[in-house]
Amino acid sequence: MIKRIIVLGALAFFLFLFLSRVAGIDTPGMLHGVGAGYLDRSVAELNSPNVVTAVVVTYRGIDTLGEVSVLFLAAAAISMLLGSTVRKSGDGDVKERRAASEILMTGADVLAPVIVFFGVYIFLNGHLTPGGGFQGGAVVASAVLLLFLAYPHYRLRHGVLTVLESISGTGYVVIAVLGLVLASGFLDSRLLPLGVTGRMLSAGTIPLIYTVIGLKVGTELAGIIENLGGER
Amino acid sequence: MMTMVLFIVIGLVMLLAALLAVHSKKLLSAVIAVGVMSLFVSILFLLLGAPDVAMTEAAIGAGLSTVIFLFALSRTAGKDAEDD
Repeated sequence: MIKRIIVLGALAFFLFLFLSRVAGIDTPGMLHGVGAGYLDRSVAELNSPNVVTAVVVTYRGIDTLGEVSVLFLAAAAISMLLGSTVRKSGDGDVKERRAASEILMTGADVLAPVIVFFGVYIFLNGHLTPGGGFQGGAVVASAVLLLFLAYPHYRLRHGVLTVLESISGTGYVVIAVLGLVLASGFLDSRLLPLGVTGRMLSAGTIPLIYTVIGLKVGTELAGIIENLGGER
Repeated sequence: MMTMVLFIVIGLVMLLAALLAVHSKKLLSAVIAVGVMSLFVSILFLLLGAPDVAMTEAAIGAGLSTVIFLFALSRTAGKDAEDD
């Protein structure tokens, strides 16, 4: 009983803190400080109509690099924990998986390529439309998931995945360092010409960075899905 | 006015799904409830004008993490709320 009262009291305290913060928020549309600066400068400086992308890839690019490394660590840890047990199935008592239904198999055949292309579209157009490397990579990985649901015995080609992942990870860091050498700072995207606003090949290295992030996130998530859901 | 009603309805559904996730006896329904909550959060993000965040939430929160929880559940099958 006394525990509940303490919990309720703590909740009421946090609610009070939260409400006192929320009450001070201005109406949307009134940006100031760093937010207004990003809105004013991103198109002029980086030529990226999607301001979120300009912030995520360039102004706060080092955060994105950190997120990618966190995801890489998580994928590596999962494959270290589960990857070895995936191999040594083959005993008789392993429960045979039921084959997927005809509808699922046909649907996966038709939809998986479309989903992969949609993911590629999302990360290639990250500087123009909402979305970007993480979202596109997750969509690509969901196509892999669909394939696994339809074909439980499906195996990914690990050589290709590893090479793709390593190349994209290294490429990201190389582009970042090139920004330090050739432009004004680490992860500066004004390495390549900024181009015409709204074109696919514009906004400097942002499309390139989002492509490598998309490939990296896609391959990592696909690896996680295979390690977790693959054959035991 | 209309969007306000929509916000309140979405918020109530989220609250309901979250409570279900906490109090459900079956782990499977708890996982599904968390997925439903993420889906409604992503709709809320979209209505509030943050399509980038909405896409991430829908793909990662509602899609992949639900599936990963389900895989983990199937790997540890038969332990349905026994010791808790």
